[in-house]
Amino acid sequence: MSRAVSDTPIRRSSDTSQFKSVGKNPPRKESREKVTGKAKYIDDLTFEGCLYGKTVRSTIPRGKIKKITFEPGVPWEEFTVVTAKDIPGKNVVALIEMDQPFLVETEIRHMAEPIALIAHPDKGLVEKALTKVRVEYEELPAIFTIDESLSGRNIQRGRDNVFKKYHIQKGDPAPVFSRPAIVVIEGEYWTGPQEQLYIEPNGVAAVATPDGVTVWGSMQCPFYVQKGLKPLFNLPDDKIRVIYCVTGGGFGGKEEYPTLPAAHAALLSWKAGGRPVKIIYDRMEDMWATTKRHPCRTRVKTAFAKDGKLLALQVDATMDGGAYLTLSSVVLSRGTLHAFGPYACDHVTIDTRAVFTNSPPYGAFRGFGAPQTIFPLELHMDRAADRLGIEPHELRLKNILHKGDTMATGQKMEDEMDIEGILKKAMTESRYLEKRKSHREHNRTASPVKKGIGLSLFFHGAGFTGSGEVFLDSRAGLEITPAGTVRILTANTEIGQGSFTTHSQIVAEALRIPYEMIEVAPPDTAVVPNSGPTVASRTCMIVGELLRRAADDLRDLLIRSSGLSNNGYGPDEFRRAASAHAEKNGVTRVYAKYKPPAGIHWDDQTYTGSAYGAYAWACYVCDLETDLTTYQVEVKDFVAVQEVGRVIHPVIAGGQIEGGVAQALGWALYENVVLKQGVMQNTQLTNYILPTTADTPPIRVFFYENPYPNGPYGAKGLGELPMDGPAPAVASAVAFSLGGKFISSIPILPENICEILK
Amino acid sequence: MTAKISFTLNGKPWTGNVHPLKRLLDTLREDAGLTGTKEGCGEGECGACTVFLDGQVVMSCMVPTCQAEGKKVTTIEGLVSDGDLHPMQDCFIQEGGAQCGICTPGMIMAAVAYANDPDSAEDMREALAGNLCRCTGYTRIYESVKKAMEKMSVSEIR
Ligand code: FES
Ligand code: FES
Repeated sequence: MSRAVSDTPIRRSSDTSQFKSVGKNPPRKESREKVTGKAKYIDDLTFEGCLYGKTVRSTIPRGKIKKITFEPGVPWEEFTVVTAKDIPGKNVVALIEMDQPFLVETEIRHMAEPIALIAHPDKGLVEKALTKVRVEYEELPAIFTIDESLSGRNIQRGRDNVFKKYHIQKGDPAPVFSRPAIVVIEGEYWTGPQEQLYIEPNGVAAVATPDGVTVWGSMQCPFYVQKGLKPLFNLPDDKIRVIYCVTGGGFGGKEEYPTLPAAHAALLSWKAGGRPVKIIYDRMEDMWATTKRHPCRTRVKTAFAKDGKLLALQVDATMDGGAYLTLSSVVLSRGTLHAFGPYACDHVTIDTRAVFTNSPPYGAFRGFGAPQTIFPLELHMDRAADRLGIEPHELRLKNILHKGDTMATGQKMEDEMDIEGILKKAMTESRYLEKRKSHREHNRTASPVKKGIGLSLFFHGAGFTGSGEVFLDSRAGLEITPAGTVRILTANTEIGQGSFTTHSQIVAEALRIPYEMIEVAPPDTAVVPNSGPTVASRTCMIVGELLRRAADDLRDLLIRSSGLSNNGYGPDEFRRAASAHAEKNGVTRVYAKYKPPAGIHWDDQTYTGSAYGAYAWACYVCDLETDLTTYQVEVKDFVAVQEVGRVIHPVIAGGQIEGGVAQALGWALYENVVLKQGVMQNTQLTNYILPTTADTPPIRVFFYENPYPNGPYGAKGLGELPMDGPAPAVASAVAFSLGGKFISSIPILPENICEILK
Repeated sequence: MTAKISFTLNGKPWTGNVHPLKRLLDTLREDAGLTGTKEGCGEGECGACTVFLDGQVVMSCMVPTCQAEGKKVTTIEGLVSDGDLHPMQDCFIQEGGAQCGICTPGMIMAAVAYANDPDSAEDMREALAGNLCRCTGYTRIYESVKKAMEKMSVSEIR
């Protein structure tokens, strides 16, 4: 089954010749360290006198702790042991709500919940000791499914086990469904949990004394960790320092979660009198205990005119949030705001909720709720096309949003957009129509290998939802170094997405100096301003724009005060002016603060207005084969066409799309989280299957560039977009290969195909 | 219960007192101080810990240190000679083959082994199938390896 490795130059459609850095492909800032093995990830750092920490976790899903016994056979007197009783401040993770303890005090809410912590200088001994901690429980009845949660029989959260609900209303769909001469289609869809599976597991180190706490770790959001630790130790901001280490992938899995191990390591260090403590999860613990993508059940009901015009749309989606709120309300919000797709429809209702179960909390994962609602709608469109006897692309063309149309939230499409162009480009590049015809012919033959091709059309809103960016109130800065170069100061972490590089390009462009003259300060809460979390496809678009503005101010400052010419300058002149300024004035930093773009209004009460300032638009096409003897699906070709504003670094941007597509193909076809008592059972790479080189098809990436007026040089966010589209395109192509038999839940495993063919 | 174990590490003799069953991965990282070799799974599935043992690709998380006795061990740190990067490392930089970088040292070792002996696998996909990358979707990795192989065939760098 050898397949050609595709030649995939990343194609783009705009002219960037006016730029010196933007649109070019300079080597990534940190890549030399990465390819030589010199980059220091958390587990590569050594600390004098370090203790190794481990977490004692619950082995029941719900109940009370009766007794903890430290059994003989281990020199316990040499160990540092921490339970909830040792916590100096508040035993609660400060996130959206204060509902999750760092260590269980009374009631266990889910499997693998942290109960106690142990640490010792001998790593091997800590592992052995972990097996000698016995916890006795009094078990209580638990709930594991959405239906159990909503049944009302076991209420553990509020009055109804519902964390959060949203409702969007545009027009009134109800009467439309009883109109004559319409086609009503209903469906129920399911998307399963998914493990982020960064290749570097979660890990932190901490030193904690009453004078202050310092944490080093693998993380996306140093300031989230700082915020989470403040109440735990009753310390002010400046006494909690959080330092990012090179981070081996995040995908959302290191957004909110690292606060827990950071707090645990810090508590152990506190108890051990300030000795450094490292906690590095092994793969099994990481998969067993940490967050996953929220599973989601969605019901879609549509009314179409016979010609395919979408008359009414009702979506009802329920996400399993797990045992604590963590970020579920915001994940749900993004899911809600992507549930109606890129279609114009006068009558829409969207109802969503996130519910409590006794599962470990589900958390942030690339796409953040959007993939869960895009999958049902897009697959539903395909089922509708099938029922209406209209080609799927034609059904979409009949209903897509154009400039001037309004979304379900009432947001008017004001910017230039060309969804039709994107769809057509994807069809051309994938030879969609031709293949639908030839595949159909092929599938009439006796061959046990059936072919399918399917597409999806979707958008992803960049940045925080609604007024989120205003609340974040981000600041980013630039510093002049004594050498006359410029250092970027942001809290945004390089987690593989290339932010150090794209930020440097933006600053270099704005200052009109070479990329090589820009460096990036490692995110450290003691050094950088809070420019917000590294999430939500916001780092390049939102923080990049702050940096561009700071760069403008910095240049003006040098022109005013240090004799930099207003009529152009070379790198040496800049260097001279900058170092003269630094010499005269000492450390000089220039900051820019977030300002919402004009015309962006959002109402949190009614869920109306501009949910996002910018949308990236895309059409993906998946071409695959289903083998009816093995029930295996093999993706043969994948085309990803998107409009993401200006592309700052085509190779990095292409890499984001390719990686996101592969991750989404995993979600659609391979990655099956097996749950028992609410917790993952297949916690190894031998039984949780990631796409390897053998499973990943050629991924062909095309960018349409349509500069966004409020992004740096026109850039929009793109990191999450590729997670949204592949699953529905896969499911649609599988259905095509099976002669129109739709499988409406993912992952689509061989057993599901076998089942539907029976 | 440690024992004296010696091998050639990146061209230089190395001797240490380690438990003979200690994973080679840990010996390299903890005793030899070479942290370029990474751990992604600890069970031979991800390839982040790939090194050469007498020129053969092995997952160092699955190799007890005693097996290296008297042999030649090459890690990512050993690819740089006199400060010059190996063409494979160079091309991973140029072509965007490294994103978060955690799989990169292992991936580069596997890629170098394939480039040195393209007959060892049917194609690049097969050669790299034991190395997981969650970031790239592999496309940029293929581009990097292809470029490096072109360069290597011209300069005959091995
Ligand atoms: S750490 Fe050795 S193969 Fe994953
Ligand atoms: S670059 Fe991140 S896992 Fe490969």
